[in-house]
Amino acid sequence: MGFWPIFLLALMEGLVSAAVLAITAAGLSLVFGVMRVVNVAHGAFFMLGAVGAWFVTTYVPGPPALVFLAAMILAPLCVAALAALADIGVLKRLNYNADATIVATIGLLYILEQGALSFFGPSARPVPAPFSVRIQLPWFGYSGYKLAVVGAAVVLLALLWLAINRTRAGLVMRATQSDREIARAFGIDTDKVYAGVFAFGAGLAALAGVLVVPIQQAYYLMGEGPLLMSFIVVIIGGLGSLRGTLLAALFIGLSDGVISMFFSPTLTEILATLLVAFVLIFRPQGLFGRGAA
Amino acid sequence: MLELRDIEAGYGAVRVLRGVSLSAAAGAVTCVMGRNGAGKSTLMKAIMGLIPVAAGHVLLDGNPIEALPAHQVPRRGLAYVPQGRRLFAELTVEENLGVGLLVRRGDAGLRRHVLDLFPRLEERLDQQAWTLSGGEQQMLAIARALCLGPRVLLLDEPTEGLQPSMITLIRDTVLRLKAEGLAVVLVEQRVEAVLEMADQVVFMANGRVAETAATQGLAPDARQFRDHVGI
Repeated sequence: MGFWPIFLLALMEGLVSAAVLAITAAGLSLVFGVMRVVNVAHGAFFMLGAVGAWFVTTYVPGPPALVFLAAMILAPLCVAALAALADIGVLKRLNYNADATIVATIGLLYILEQGALSFFGPSARPVPAPFSVRIQLPWFGYSGYKLAVVGAAVVLLALLWLAINRTRAGLVMRATQSDREIARAFGIDTDKVYAGVFAFGAGLAALAGVLVVPIQQAYYLMGEGPLLMSFIVVIIGGLGSLRGTLLAALFIGLSDGVISMFFSPTLTEILATLLVAFVLIFRPQGLFGRGAA
Repeated sequence: MLELRDIEAGYGAVRVLRGVSLSAAAGAVTCVMGRNGAGKSTLMKAIMGLIPVAAGHVLLDGNPIEALPAHQVPRRGLAYVPQGRRLFAELTVEENLGVGLLVRRGDAGLRRHVLDLFPRLEERLDQQAWTLSGGEQQMLAIARALCLGPRVLLLDEPTEGLQPSMITLIRDTVLRLKAEGLAVVLVEQRVEAVLEMADQVVFMANGRVAETAATQGLAPDARQFRDHVGI
């Protein structure tokens, strides 16, 4: 293969990374944007989604596509319920104090990872793709499932945008994000909004985990890479800015595909971390975040 | 309509309000005045349930509401225009009004009534709140509160930082709301505005009610303004 087909392959791989990263980082960005909570446990929710998908696809009988669809619904719902419990049981009791919630979510991360280790074991476990279609291009064949992941991400993120900008729940969420105290003075139960947003953010991470698990494998430490990359994306895009998060995910994902293909995956992380350092120095609010007034 | 009995409230262990009592009747404007730190804004927050009331009662039509969660208070008919407006800055004018209308399930008639009060907002419905001028922001803050369809309106320094034409507009709006039968509790520092709008003035000092006076007998240079406001 010549340079351009390899470059195209790299871009397609990057697009898949960007798709999964965008879903994961959107959840992290929502949680920070609305609650001002830096959720270090976000990667564990990603991992639980993948592990949940393994359980569903392993123990629920039926056609693979239907079972996988069930996993896409059940795993995020269970993870969201767990996150809502964590919010009510831990974060709310800390009054969402910025420092305390970082420590609390670090604790939650370890509890969830060690819990997964205990019940799921240390081995990486494969989950079959719901369908095996190969798209044949003139230069190479490509996984149809990977392209489906990109399509699913586009649909999901479009629905997310609509939900945030065009629904009553989205309005409630944005009002709470803007000024929690005044939102309460307008009849909004901000405790419920916080629990809902934390659950929804975790559900998004879990859904990303479900989508990625046929490409990777379910493993109890698999959330750490996506957590780091999500933080990088959210910081570059602008904390709390969904548009910035999505654009940064696309940029980082595509860069990951190209740099990993031609150089090394480690170089991607080095460059991304350097980029974060530059953003923090020269534009701390991120590329699309609004600075403090 | 709204009655406070020996309210005590503050922030954490710091007690700011120490036994505040006052009443606000329907179709009347009650003005709260006092020096900086007297507890005026804290009083507004305590009425709205935004800070806990440690002792005393907030009664609405004789029913205590001080123990309600803050988000339940506007459903009982209270609305609050905070000091500094505190609009949902990134939201459009329409969306800010929409938040106000959440409690009323998007009451179209109420929205129309509010836009009739502030026609300029209708020209700016798609603009983000932070892009409005100071006067327009204040109009929006009042309009947003009126979207709750309140019986009691709390206004915390609504004329602060506004040009004279806007102050006149706010004054006219308050007088119109008063004529419509709302009970208005107003924190205000401009004596002329107070005398034009208010029926009674509650002077606060150090978290207590120092004196209450009807505006009818008050002159702009009255002793009470000098003693309690420093004007």
